[in-house]
Amino acid sequence: MPPFKPVLLEAVGVPDGNTLASYKSRGGYAPLEKLLAEKQPGDVVEMVKSSGLRGRGGAGFSTGLKWTFLPKDHPGPIYLCINADESEPGTFNNRILMEDDPHQVIEGIIISAYATKASTAYIYLRYEYPRSWNRLQAAIDEAYAAGYLGKNIKGSGFALDIYLHRGAAAYICGEETGLIESLEGKRAWPRIKPPFPAIEGLFRKPTVVNNIETMACVAQIARRGVDWFKSIGVPADPNNPRDPGSYGPKLYCLSGHVEKPGCYEAPLGITVRELIDQFGGGVWKGRKAKAVIPGGISMGLMTESELDTPLDFAGPGKVGCLGLGTAAVVVIDETVSIVDFLHNSCRFFAHESCGQCTPCREGTSWSLRMLERIKAGKGRLKDLDLLLELGNTMGMMPGSTICGLADGAAWPIKNAIKKFRGEFEDSIKRTNPSGWMVTEPVPALQIVEAH
Amino acid sequence: MIAPVPILTAEMIAQIEALAPRYPNRRALTLPALHIVHDALRQVPQQAVVEIAAVLGLAPAEVQDTLTFYQFFHQEKPHGKVRAFVCRSISCALRGGDHLLEHLCHKAGVKPYGTTADGELTIEPAECLGACDFAPCILANDDLLKNLTPESAEAALKQVQAKAT
Repeated sequence: MPPFKPVLLEAVGVPDGNTLASYKSRGGYAPLEKLLAEKQPGDVVEMVKSSGLRGRGGAGFSTGLKWTFLPKDHPGPIYLCINADESEPGTFNNRILMEDDPHQVIEGIIISAYATKASTAYIYLRYEYPRSWNRLQAAIDEAYAAGYLGKNIKGSGFALDIYLHRGAAAYICGEETGLIESLEGKRAWPRIKPPFPAIEGLFRKPTVVNNIETMACVAQIARRGVDWFKSIGVPADPNNPRDPGSYGPKLYCLSGHVEKPGCYEAPLGITVRELIDQFGGGVWKGRKAKAVIPGGISMGLMTESELDTPLDFAGPGKVGCLGLGTAAVVVIDETVSIVDFLHNSCRFFAHESCGQCTPCREGTSWSLRMLERIKAGKGRLKDLDLLLELGNTMGMMPGSTICGLADGAAWPIKNAIKKFRGEFEDSIKRTNPSGWMVTEPVPALQIVEAH
Repeated sequence: MIAPVPILTAEMIAQIEALAPRYPNRRALTLPALHIVHDALRQVPQQAVVEIAAVLGLAPAEVQDTLTFYQFFHQEKPHGKVRAFVCRSISCALRGGDHLLEHLCHKAGVKPYGTTADGELTIEPAECLGACDFAPCILANDDLLKNLTPESAEAALKQVQAKAT
């Protein structure tokens, strides 16, 4: 593979790289002006569709295809929502983009709004990113002053306003219809689909929800072309008609037990081991990895022997993980108890379940209570079967919930128990020598700090 | 009955109204309005909820419903001058996040989510702050405190407290 030069992260480390002047000096906004002068919105949709760009927020759905779901010749308004509620544990690539190169994101938003005929774009930004807020707002102000936002952008007749909207620390707002409900001023309860947002979304109007990194990719496709984008990554599997391929560069967030945590850009399809060794400086303190989260905690776990799995959209699924997710790789070294890992995961989802669907609300809560019990030396082997039963029955895939949060809660449970069952059993037998074999119902421990 | 003294100032209402043209209806102003009041008072008391509802033309219950969904907003009592979110999600937990939280709570003499008696500091566990490259980390007001040890966290928090008003 030829050496890969970062594109999305080109501004990282550049002095004042977040300013308009810097972005323009690197070739920014010229592609937008050319596109507004030469292309119709339909051409831009076609361009993004043919690039094979798949959404970077987690689900990996084709961005161009999503745009085509909007009704044709709709009188408007059509809304564009940018999902910057990056809350998946381990993930921080959107933060880097918003802080270090906000204009790249804004150019992508303008191009996407032009393609979808949206005249208002809301960036739903999580509360925890005050620096991103300031950098984005400053960049938006600069873009207005330079005529890239507002009415009649660069004489094209196209008008766009971008507004920042601040979240209030709730993971569920990253789910696209939860985000829409939250933007409307309500509790962020995901909606039953259909209707999908493209038909009836924000304020009951056609809406597209896209991720920040997806917007940066759109800007780069406009600048460098479809052929450039398709030259990077993993082509579609000819033996699998349902695989649309994994094209383009990707921002990988590497954290946990590595020597050099950080956000690194690589072609889609780099393996976990390459990422850890070439970018992360290896597992820290010369230790071995016990397990690795491939794409945010909701994607589940890989074992050490599965680390040669490629991180493209199809890769993690081949070893039983939920998917590529946000490509946030978290390394867990051999000293960590798998019980502690799963307790942390269950605590997160019990805290973040929005409470709308009973299987998720009760399932995440009871999985935490069982992990509390196991950690306190009161676990039973039976609990592992109960946990698996929860994992197998809550979520969109078994069809018991409205959104995918419960699938994300279930996958770490299923992967951890399936791949590390021996360690769970040893731990339970060791810590509860007199009660590990009990199978009658036992009470939960009182949780002191569930929330 | 004596009408209570209004909590929302003219300035707060002006701030809310300045955002109104951004949205096609007034209910969408709920979160921005709650943030404006919370930024100023470090809490949104129930009376402020009633007043926000009046400004937005909503039922108080609608605003209260939204407020309570987001655990972020303090209602009964204001949070401290410095609000420290200590990350406990996986990347930080692997590098000592839980220990950090325990240590800081012990030093401050509060339980998680508690505020010191002098009202200076609130310590809250947080789910992923999106700064896993700097784990373990704390968001204290607008400052991200990075790569912490229990000792360096204490020192960094003191610096944030020194400049907090």
